[in-house]
Amino acid sequence: MRSLALLILLVILSFGFAANEILIGVTQPLTGNYAMGGQLSLRGIEMAYEEIPTVLGRPIKLVILDNKSDKIEAANVVTRLIEQFKVSAILGTYSSALGIPGAEIANRNKVVYIAPSNTNPLVTKDKPYVFRVCFIDPFQGTVMAKFAIQHLKAKTAAVIYDVSNDYSVGLAYYFREAFIKLTGNPRSVVTYIAYQGGDQDFTAQLTAIKKANPDVIFIPAGIVGDAALIAKQARELGLKQPLLGGDTWDLPQLIEIGGSAVEGAYYSTMFDPRANLSPKTKDFVEKYRKKYNEDPGYLPALAYDAYMVLIDAITRAKSDKPEDIRRALLTTDYVGVSGRIRFDQNRDAIKDAVIKTIKNGKFEFVTIIKGE
Amino acid sequence: MGLSLFLQHLVNAISLGFVFGLVAVGYALVYGVVKLVNFAHGDVFMMSAYFMFYTSLIFGAPWLSAVLLGIVLTALLGVGIEKVAYKPLRKYPRINSLVSSIGMSFLLQNFAVVVFGGIQRSFPVPEPMKKTLIIGDVRVQAVSIYTIIFSIATVIVLGLILQKTKIGLAMRILSRDFDTARLMGINVNRTISFTFALGSALAAVSAVFWALRYPQIFPFMGQYPGSRAFIAAVVGGIGSLKGALLGGFLLGVLTVLLPAMFPEYSGYREALIFVLLVIVLIFKPNGLFGQEAGEKA
Repeated sequence: MRSLALLILLVILSFGFAANEILIGVTQPLTGNYAMGGQLSLRGIEMAYEEIPTVLGRPIKLVILDNKSDKIEAANVVTRLIEQFKVSAILGTYSSALGIPGAEIANRNKVVYIAPSNTNPLVTKDKPYVFRVCFIDPFQGTVMAKFAIQHLKAKTAAVIYDVSNDYSVGLAYYFREAFIKLTGNPRSVVTYIAYQGGDQDFTAQLTAIKKANPDVIFIPAGIVGDAALIAKQARELGLKQPLLGGDTWDLPQLIEIGGSAVEGAYYSTMFDPRANLSPKTKDFVEKYRKKYNEDPGYLPALAYDAYMVLIDAITRAKSDKPEDIRRALLTTDYVGVSGRIRFDQNRDAIKDAVIKTIKNGKFEFVTIIKGE
Repeated sequence: MGLSLFLQHLVNAISLGFVFGLVAVGYALVYGVVKLVNFAHGDVFMMSAYFMFYTSLIFGAPWLSAVLLGIVLTALLGVGIEKVAYKPLRKYPRINSLVSSIGMSFLLQNFAVVVFGGIQRSFPVPEPMKKTLIIGDVRVQAVSIYTIIFSIATVIVLGLILQKTKIGLAMRILSRDFDTARLMGINVNRTISFTFALGSALAAVSAVFWALRYPQIFPFMGQYPGSRAFIAAVVGGIGSLKGALLGGFLLGVLTVLLPAMFPEYSGYREALIFVLLVIVLIFKPNGLFGQEAGEKA
């Protein structure tokens, strides 16, 4: 009898407890082609959650679902988070290609969605409920074009991109626009050539680039492995130009697979432990090192910031209603581990770009290029 | 297009063509004998890459012995898959085995994700394979030359096995009719097991050459070569080993030459390739080397 009473009490307690929780949805590619990015991003969210597991005096519960690196599944998972779990807000996925369909659904259902690292403009475009804590590809493309022209004295460039990946298509396009504008020469991008996600052989495209003989080669690959293989095959074909890339390059796989081929390549990214982006960086890096025995890359750092920005907004809104959170997010001015975060009229963060290179098989910090 | 540029494209095309061809040969062998469209072939290919990766990396086995061990393990895996997924369905319509092979493909992929992790890994490449030969302005990968030699040798050896050995004779009879073969005193189960062992060993061999050329391994790496092998085998005449090698070669050439000749339309490459393949099949419905199914309706 007593045990029954205890059981009923427990049920009531857990019920009350559950109703009091604030549910936050998390979607990441934990399996599939983008699993590396998803798993690293999740580390950042879990670290942030360990630091702040409650808000408004109520416990936070994370609902983590795997979108399997699949565009359709990415939309399904967001639908499930909203309809089945009734989450207050969603921390979005790695990969713009997966982020675009998910953000669309969250916006349609009027649920706040924060993308940690998606840089494609379409992720937030015309979606009042969608925000991001990183910079966007028009800026990143411009930064790399500027860097190539100013630091590497490039007058011509070639671009090789993945036509099946939204991120890659976007970044390639903005790089070309900026490069042509900055050089003032409409023919300065001498080769603009596509491959398809899943390809492993890029020799046809690279041979065409070799013939055009540009000063630099821009490789905005959707997956780090593609960038590494392109670099390898470029060197095997005798291309000696400096290689440039975007933030997808910022993973150890680039060096593991690319080896000596990526030596001396440059890419833009959003975070570096040595870049002094914020007074909070040092503490975060130390905690991360202690936990995972390696330096944090940009993915855990931005996912950490995405969580913190959301908690900051909920705290200021004093509510877990999506509409209130959204209004609070619009006035965000938060210093995260990846720098100061404010949103522009498109709800994209205004951030600085970090340029890195590969030297003696290690990532090296080069410079910071200020956000506009 | 200058001569050296054209030659470079040609070298690229031939080297990719033979890689595709080698994958397609193993695929065509299983189809030719068992008449099973084995969608799991690409994933057996992927598993063999991981077998070699782990035997050489984790246990520190020397490269060649890791490869040999990988081939043996993959052959065993192939036989096991046949026993579990295809043998129980043998008396049912062929579509059942086809669906089972698709299921097996997903099973292997997801198994690999869970066990090996979804992260891309670098495949160890021994020094002699890393060399690049430079002839004038044209550059040739050492591994491409090995691939070409090995693909042709493989087709010859397989041809000899099929034509000159007892088990080869049994395989050829089996490819005509299971029941008649059984009446002739052929041990059907053993012959099919042997076919799968051989087909999977070929998947493993092609995986070695693939991974040497593109040293990035991940659980979904079998999808692309698997689908290429299927297309190559269909175009070459499904079941014909020579046809598979030629089909793969043709596919490789198209994959390289289309973006080479029309760089601004490189994004449309897959679509163009499929249009060309449909045209081939309109005029040669049995593929380039396919036999007319005349004697048996």
